[in-house]
Amino acid sequence: MTEQMTPSVEELARVDELTARFPEAVTPDTRKGYEGYIVKPENLIEVATYIRDEMGYDFLANLCGVDYLPEGKMEVVYNVFRTTGGRGLTFKVQTPREAASVPSLVPVYPGADFQERETWDLLGIRFEGHPDLRRILMWEGFNGHPLRKDWREPYFEEEGKPFKSRWPDGHVYRIEDKNPFANNVAYPEGFDPDQWEPENDAKLYESLRRSVKELYSDLDTEIIMVNMGPQHPSTHGVFRIAVALDGETVLALKPVMGYLHRNHEKIGERNTFLQNMPFTDRLDYLSSMSNNFGYALAVEKLMGIKPPERAEYLRVIMAELTRISNHIFAIGMFLNDLGAYFTPALYAIEERELILDIFEAVSGSRMMCNYFRFGGVARDLPEGVYDKIYKLVYDRLPRRIDELDLYLTNNEIVRSRTEGVGVLTPEQAIAFSEAGPVLRASGVPYDIRRADPYSIYDRFDFDVAVRYHGDTYDRYLIRIDEMRQSIRILQQAVRDLPEGPIQEGKPQYQVRVPAGEAYGRVEGPKGELGYYVVSNGKPNPWRYHVRAPSFINLNAYETMCVGNKIADVVAILGSIDIVLGETDR
Amino acid sequence: MSDMKQENINSTRFDIPPELQNQVAITTLDKIYNWGRRSSVWPLMFGLACCAMEMICTAASRYDLARFGMEIMRPSPRQADLMIVSGTVTKKMIPQIVRLYNQMPEPKYVLAMGACASGGGPFKEGYNVVSGVDRYIPVDVYVPGCPPTPQALLHGLITLQRKIDAQSIKDARWYRKEEIAEIPIPIYGPDIIDPRQIEIIKQQTRRQPGANGSRRSRSAGIVGR
Repeated sequence: MTEQMTPSVEELARVDELTARFPEAVTPDTRKGYEGYIVKPENLIEVATYIRDEMGYDFLANLCGVDYLPEGKMEVVYNVFRTTGGRGLTFKVQTPREAASVPSLVPVYPGADFQERETWDLLGIRFEGHPDLRRILMWEGFNGHPLRKDWREPYFEEEGKPFKSRWPDGHVYRIEDKNPFANNVAYPEGFDPDQWEPENDAKLYESLRRSVKELYSDLDTEIIMVNMGPQHPSTHGVFRIAVALDGETVLALKPVMGYLHRNHEKIGERNTFLQNMPFTDRLDYLSSMSNNFGYALAVEKLMGIKPPERAEYLRVIMAELTRISNHIFAIGMFLNDLGAYFTPALYAIEERELILDIFEAVSGSRMMCNYFRFGGVARDLPEGVYDKIYKLVYDRLPRRIDELDLYLTNNEIVRSRTEGVGVLTPEQAIAFSEAGPVLRASGVPYDIRRADPYSIYDRFDFDVAVRYHGDTYDRYLIRIDEMRQSIRILQQAVRDLPEGPIQEGKPQYQVRVPAGEAYGRVEGPKGELGYYVVSNGKPNPWRYHVRAPSFINLNAYETMCVGNKIADVVAILGSIDIVLGETDR
Repeated sequence: MSDMKQENINSTRFDIPPELQNQVAITTLDKIYNWGRRSSVWPLMFGLACCAMEMICTAASRYDLARFGMEIMRPSPRQADLMIVSGTVTKKMIPQIVRLYNQMPEPKYVLAMGACASGGGPFKEGYNVVSGVDRYIPVDVYVPGCPPTPQALLHGLITLQRKIDAQSIKDARWYRKEEIAEIPIPIYGPDIIDPRQIEIIKQQTRRQPGANGSRRSRSAGIVGR
């Protein structure tokens, strides 16, 4: 908050630069609690190109829409950063709610692709010039755009929780009984099921065919379309891949998702701020502590509070343990994908269980920790857990990571299956908004813990892991490297853990969040995990958006796969390391 | 192999001469048949969401699903006996789940793992979430929890074994003459359409605005919202 109130010299200079260059098109956002600039839609591409090329903000981290229903307009928010580090820049573009439409930024930032499709799907904002504007999470033909503020779900009760009918009197009823179909469904008036033609994926196959043509226009071979998933053992959950094949070679590939779309954002906008915390656990369900971290940071930014020292250390310890448990599991599953059926995974899960024991001891749950609170953490370490963590990070984990490294890294089959496969150049990685291990394995040393330090990461001595080939093998190696760096951070944090309170002020059930917007981000195990939260001073967030690394990292999936064999598609997906709870949200 | 003990199998009160007791066992067909089935349930390798991680942990070394003869997870529904619905069932996924269920050969069982699969769970109010997989396919065992711990899942599987033990070959559904009807596959419509509900849908959407008895929606032109 203090950062927002007193802009640095550099920031003031920046204000001048952008508004001076585009006096007509760019105006600073002067709403209270907001920052950044409002760009006119007709100048958007020009301004964005300037921001990328002249000002150096080459990384489009987050793109999301906000429905400002009372003002009758939609807003698209872009958060851009420099891959050389530092604070970001926010710019927005506004459009009327009816026939909402803004120019697509895919030509400037190719990483906008999936995020624009998502915004179209959920908010109904058209992106003119987008090469492939299809729905991404819901199916074609679904009625309406669910995140619009006047769109109501079939089980709608009230705009925000706690629901008056339940609290404080405690009436309980089944919401099914209020729905005419006794089910979670709603249909438009006059809808006739007999006349309905169900979706047949025509648009998907058309898009797939289109990409094939662009790539291999001179070849005249029979192209086979193959669908993998959503029920497939190697897709890490309910993920579907539509592939166009020539023999075994991949010509084009389209990820199809939404099979686990659980409406986090719609539910999040009905929830109170604190009620969202357990829902963040279920985004990337392998690393719930990191998810908590990002959300807590975003809301704390709005509230202008900071947790006490001990809580900061506990947060870092938990986040880094999460990173190790995630990476070790990712490596195990990756080896599964390569065909080493379950043996490496068994070793990996063994270590993960030890970390889960610690989580269970501090938070009460193995996976869904719900441990962070605004301005602190929920509980202090119970007796004996400190020693457990100490032994784990000083003794057992470093040994076991070395062991994995020893068994796998120079294994001939691993190397021949992964080296030179699925290469992503640094330029491509930045352009596609890849984040986390995928970006760093391509030779871009961009780690938010170092580039834009949050919490107390500036106190620790660690290196940003980076590898330079950008292939599947490097994406495996980088996870080993990162686990070693996490061990270093953990050893320092455990050594220095101070005594003291774990919560700023009294623990509160209903927090007061001043009006405004905030984008909080952490370096999650899968990449940049960001939360864009808009508050209007009410108990519920007006907008709650998750910048999910698993989702955005898939932008480059097609580029990595094209030209490789179908078996590598599986290996490459394993090396990106997605979790469907986060991809689909 | 504890259930192979004589007292478990041999309980038909026939007297076996002592010298034959290690070679001959007399038992009912049901018992031996159910013992064979309950000790080699092959689950479908099918993970939906968070609960799938706990399912994987259950199969791993610490909890060791192999003790129950269930470690062979088959990715193909044709080879599976048990569908563990491990996670949130969404409207976009339900046609595929029903299709998988239809493709499984009899005898087949369904275990709803966790709050979401049992009744929608924390995401129940979501517009893309099915309020429990039992809206579409029959469920044998429900395991509560979010996610259920591996111990809870194991308890659910033991409960399933008990259910198998209690079945009899005489009245088994899958040996009856009449064919077992497949479950109609839901359709992607403006919202998910359960083919068994088509008549109700027609009835409700045909109604004129303001007609009595119908719960009118607050947003115009939509029935059910």
